[in-house]
Amino acid sequence: MRKIAIYGKGGIGKSTTTQNTVAGLAEMGNKVMVVGCDPKADSTRLLLGGLVQRTVLDTLREEGEDVTLDDVQKDGFCNTVCTESGGPEPGVGCAGRGIITSINLLEQLGAYAESRELDYVFYDVLGDVVCGGFAMPIREGKAEEIYIVVSGEMMAMYAANNICKGIVKFAEAGTVRLGGLICNSRNVDNEKEMIEELAKRLGTKMIHFVPRDNVVQRAEINRKTVIEFEPANDQANEYRTLAKKISENDLHIIPTPLAIEELEQLLMDYGLAG
Amino acid sequence: MSDEKNTAAKLEKIKAEILAKYPTKVARKRAKQILVNRNDSTGKVPEVGANMRTVPGIITQRGCSYAGCKGVVLGPTRDIVNITHGPVGCAYYSWLTRRNQTRPESDTAENFMNYCFTTDMQDEHIVFGGEKKLKQAIQEAFDLFHPKAISVFSTCPVGLIGDDVHAVAREMKEKLGINVFAFSCEGYKGVSQSAGHHIANNGIFTHVVGLDDTIGKGKFRINLLGEYNIGGDSFEIERILDACGISLVSTYSGNSSIDHFANSHTADLNAIMCHRSINYMAEMMESKFGIPWIKVNFIGAESTAKSLRKIAQYFEDEELKAKVEEVIAAEMPAVKASLEKAKPRCEGKRAMLFVGGSRAHHYQDLFGELGMETLAAGYEFGHRDDYEGRRVLPSIKVDADSRNIEELHITPDPKRYAPRKDEESLKKLESEGLAFREYDGLMPDMKENTLVIDDISHFETEKLIEMFKPDIFCAGIKEKYAIQKSGIPMKQLHSYDSGGPYAGFKGAINFYEEIERMVNAKIWSYITPPWAAEPELSANYAWVA
Repeated sequence: MRKIAIYGKGGIGKSTTTQNTVAGLAEMGNKVMVVGCDPKADSTRLLLGGLVQRTVLDTLREEGEDVTLDDVQKDGFCNTVCTESGGPEPGVGCAGRGIITSINLLEQLGAYAESRELDYVFYDVLGDVVCGGFAMPIREGKAEEIYIVVSGEMMAMYAANNICKGIVKFAEAGTVRLGGLICNSRNVDNEKEMIEELAKRLGTKMIHFVPRDNVVQRAEINRKTVIEFEPANDQANEYRTLAKKISENDLHIIPTPLAIEELEQLLMDYGLAG
Repeated sequence: MSDEKNTAAKLEKIKAEILAKYPTKVARKRAKQILVNRNDSTGKVPEVGANMRTVPGIITQRGCSYAGCKGVVLGPTRDIVNITHGPVGCAYYSWLTRRNQTRPESDTAENFMNYCFTTDMQDEHIVFGGEKKLKQAIQEAFDLFHPKAISVFSTCPVGLIGDDVHAVAREMKEKLGINVFAFSCEGYKGVSQSAGHHIANNGIFTHVVGLDDTIGKGKFRINLLGEYNIGGDSFEIERILDACGISLVSTYSGNSSIDHFANSHTADLNAIMCHRSINYMAEMMESKFGIPWIKVNFIGAESTAKSLRKIAQYFEDEELKAKVEEVIAAEMPAVKASLEKAKPRCEGKRAMLFVGGSRAHHYQDLFGELGMETLAAGYEFGHRDDYEGRRVLPSIKVDADSRNIEELHITPDPKRYAPRKDEESLKKLESEGLAFREYDGLMPDMKENTLVIDDISHFETEKLIEMFKPDIFCAGIKEKYAIQKSGIPMKQLHSYDSGGPYAGFKGAINFYEEIERMVNAKIWSYITPPWAAEPELSANYAWVA
């Protein structure tokens, strides 16, 4: 079983990219589980056709200790297994602690057991790694392979670089490695070249460049992945390619984060060159 | 016993020996907190490092901000339901089962001191926030007991997840129609329990003081601040004040009721015992209501007499002065008789005191009366002014840890501000030797060539015992057994083991008897601990293949 976590700046398209990629992998015949690690609990919406999943934390709260795996998992598109950690409403409690509680519970319930014959588990994690809780998936070997969703916008690259610093910290103590950058295009000048260069400097590669296409938006409104919504669309094929590249990827490295001056220089060299 | 005199050179050598065991950075810091006292005719004592962060791993005596707020200041008040908001441990281990005594007005009057209230937060409340649970807890406490007031104390996780305890308190106050107030006294705030004292002072002043303007009975009306009725000390002080005809409006907070606090702004004088834990309250009351404050000390018979005379002097009333002298005269013969018995058996013996933010100072008076010498002393959580006197206040550097604790800016109450004495009479009294807003601190009262150690560590405690073999060591429960294992009598001065009271005249007699018994007990010399006979233990593994 490959254990993959997707990180990236808030709003960059992590959930959309994750679900479309998972759809692609599932279509290829893989058994995939998605664990949403965002209190908003919208990491499985496109696979399930809506926000219909009761979260792990809500279930735990309402049912007490008596929770079974069936209570917190639902089958989605192409037999994907969908789980949402959930968490508090904004500004209350501790979402990070919630993720820790939730993943521990999933483990205890046997969500990752060999008997379930999972090929992949994907963790879709909220925004930046703001506190210990959000680093949970990359601690203790819960996720071993990280993909960072990024675009050519400065803050997205800045966040990606920061996440790499977090990976370094946990990589030295454990098994987590960076698998690559996924560029979710924002149509920024020289975007592809710039992200390729950033990936190179980080010691990894840009695993795929996902172009911007409005079909993604239309599919989302219909609560579907592009692969399910318009299977013949070019964008669906882009996600299939991304899924294939991830399945074939064997470059797993400890990243070399950039100094802030280096990162800014990179932006100047590429961002202003066009 | 004192075969060799403690010279400055010898003490400096001992200090160097202790510091030599520390890493450089730690040694540099501790060097500021371990001093050989100089006390010459100029009255200038050396500058001490105090109210500084403890070095992690050093095994400190200190407690936390929550302990200072809930345990020390609010704990002794009997009729407030004190709810600890947090996981159960903080509440359970601060359950005040024995430390502070109280005496409700009647059999049916409220007394919650033996209860322990907590929200007992679980994982779920950390994740989703604990405000709902807190509201439930307040409601439940109200339904069960219908108290006059409920207060909430925040523990560390509450601060981390950001529960708005003050908003909850406001909402429940509105809903229940009783006083509900909260303290943000998370344990991690500040460097010791001292931060919690300040937070407690601010909270009581904001939410309770001044709610009841009724002027009570009595001609000479005072508050006693910083007296917590450990071992019944307050009872003895109350007895003496009552005999003198001095009315106690409130005590912060030994044997107290919230009603006393609400009315305390009507008193005409604030007399401070523990300067560290409560001076903020005295300052704020003076700014807002015009009540002057003086430092007193009821630990020691002579100190008690002196404190009573100071209070009488303040009121400038001949009748009161005469009454005070009459009470002192009536009490002293019993004190003297007891002292005559105890002193010959205690004289020349040596004590060490490492406790509190004033106790290490006050109890030196009692040891002094017994003819005993204090070799070394220090506070757990005192600040520089508690060591060197308030005159150093302007030169104290306020660090980031202290800035983290809210400082209330108090202005005179538009209606109720009434200076109890005009500037002229205050000046006149001062010229006659009554010092206002003044505390001289511990060091000027200690002899030249004694050791002053702030926030003493476990290692330093063991070292002192080894080097000086004092006849008695005073500290708290955390130090007690380690000291006794070294064969030294140990007296707790946070709680009094099972003894006390030690305040006032009767308290002094109790103390003389207790110390005489302890320093002359032969039991310690009869015991040879195993490590003294066989310094190295050896053993074989029980399992044989």
